[in-house]
Amino acid sequence: MGSKTVKKSNLVNISTLFTESRSFVAMVRQESGVDEKDCYQCGKCSAGCPLAFDMDYMPREIMRMLQLGMVDDILHSHTIWLCSHCITCYSRCPRSVDLPRIMDTLRLEAIKRGHAPEKQIKLFGDLFLWSVRQFGRVFEMGLIMGFNLKSGQFFKDIMLGPAMLLNRKISLLPHKIADGGAVKEIFDRTKEMEREGGHS
Amino acid sequence: MKYAYYPGCSLSATGVEFNMSTLALARKLGVELREIPQWNCCGASYSHNRGHLFAIALPARNLALAEREKLEVAVSCAACYNKLKAAREAVKSSPEMKEKINRVLNMEYNATYDVLSSVEVFGKRYGLDNISARVTKPLTGLRVASYYGCLLVRPPQLAMDDQENPSSIDDIIGALGGTAVDWSHKVECCGAFHSTYNSKAGFHVIGDILAAAAESGADCITVACPLCMLNLDMRQANVNRQRKTKYKIPIFYFTELMGLAMGILPKELGIQKHFVNPGPLLRAKALA
Repeated sequence: MGSKTVKKSNLVNISTLFTESRSFVAMVRQESGVDEKDCYQCGKCSAGCPLAFDMDYMPREIMRMLQLGMVDDILHSHTIWLCSHCITCYSRCPRSVDLPRIMDTLRLEAIKRGHAPEKQIKLFGDLFLWSVRQFGRVFEMGLIMGFNLKSGQFFKDIMLGPAMLLNRKISLLPHKIADGGAVKEIFDRTKEMEREGGHS
Repeated sequence: MKYAYYPGCSLSATGVEFNMSTLALARKLGVELREIPQWNCCGASYSHNRGHLFAIALPARNLALAEREKLEVAVSCAACYNKLKAAREAVKSSPEMKEKINRVLNMEYNATYDVLSSVEVFGKRYGLDNISARVTKPLTGLRVASYYGCLLVRPPQLAMDDQENPSSIDDIIGALGGTAVDWSHKVECCGAFHSTYNSKAGFHVIGDILAAAAESGADCITVACPLCMLNLDMRQANVNRQRKTKYKIPIFYFTELMGLAMGILPKELGIQKHFVNPGPLLRAKALA
């Protein structure tokens, strides 16, 4: 992945950035409940991150970029998509900075602005939630087939199919819950409440 | 012992043997697991893409349903455990969040009852001494690498065990007469769905875990999460292609090993459904 992205520039005008992006940084602080200033750049998060080798910016760098207000670079980064939510960074952080929560907030903002450099990861997440909305549960077979079709990899993992079916490890039909409306309401009502400004 | 049981989505598909072995074991031990009626998906790590309130409300519906039965909740999948436990803590610690969640769900949820992983239900609540007393086929000579992964032991405030060197599964292996090996990758992440959508990196992460287990001299790895199982078991062939290795390390749910040691038939536990054939190892150790 590292080769996919080229860092835009090594030179940034910190004072302009800081003023321009103050509201963005404040929003991230508000939404995530994490004060980015708590990070003192020790790098323990990056040392323990299982996906760091595949990232364009180390988790520590994302924190520094947030402190400096480098909004565009952060929201276009692959790192915020590659985070697998293993929580190792937060567990080990001497300042208890909840980095996974920051990554969530940044990814959400990137989605709102239409940035998703990791298209397949975005697609998988969308299909996952689509399945939950439709059936109340994840329909794994549908999720994988939908993912392969929409990502244009029609034959991906097809060799695993027969073994999966033979072992009944995959069901051909979704397990739909009877009270599916209740789950749809959770989708809709949380959206409404967030729109009203009642989010936390 | 009676619990509300939350199996989670994977346990009716790719993780079906985790469900089979958990239920067979519970029957054997007289632990009553009552499946939460009409439970819904916990949202896993993808609910966050839709906001924090949604990520709490989705799993909280299951907890509200269980609360009506006045029961603690037993959870199999590690990710589900994490999401359900996080939802309970969020509601328990904030009256404001509780009010919002009750409004979203249109149900009353007071976070009265705890959320437990199946490792805690069997290992801590049923108890190691009681486990030992039920063993009819001890796992003598079986060297097991206990793999905890991420979401049972992180973040610290939701963890069921030590975050860096957990021992609850090792202790169960010991109570079954087996040998839990010391190894380096107990709590390393398996990369979750990277093996599906970013497979080169995903296989790399899985490969490191398999290599560490092999280096420790373990005969097999035991897990407590359907995604860890899928990655270590089904993707082992992909890792072998990527690394030019020939790993054939059987992977077991800890409930399968418990069941085997207590004389439950492998077929009842679902062991024949694994991708890496555990037959030769089980026969060598006189366990099947």
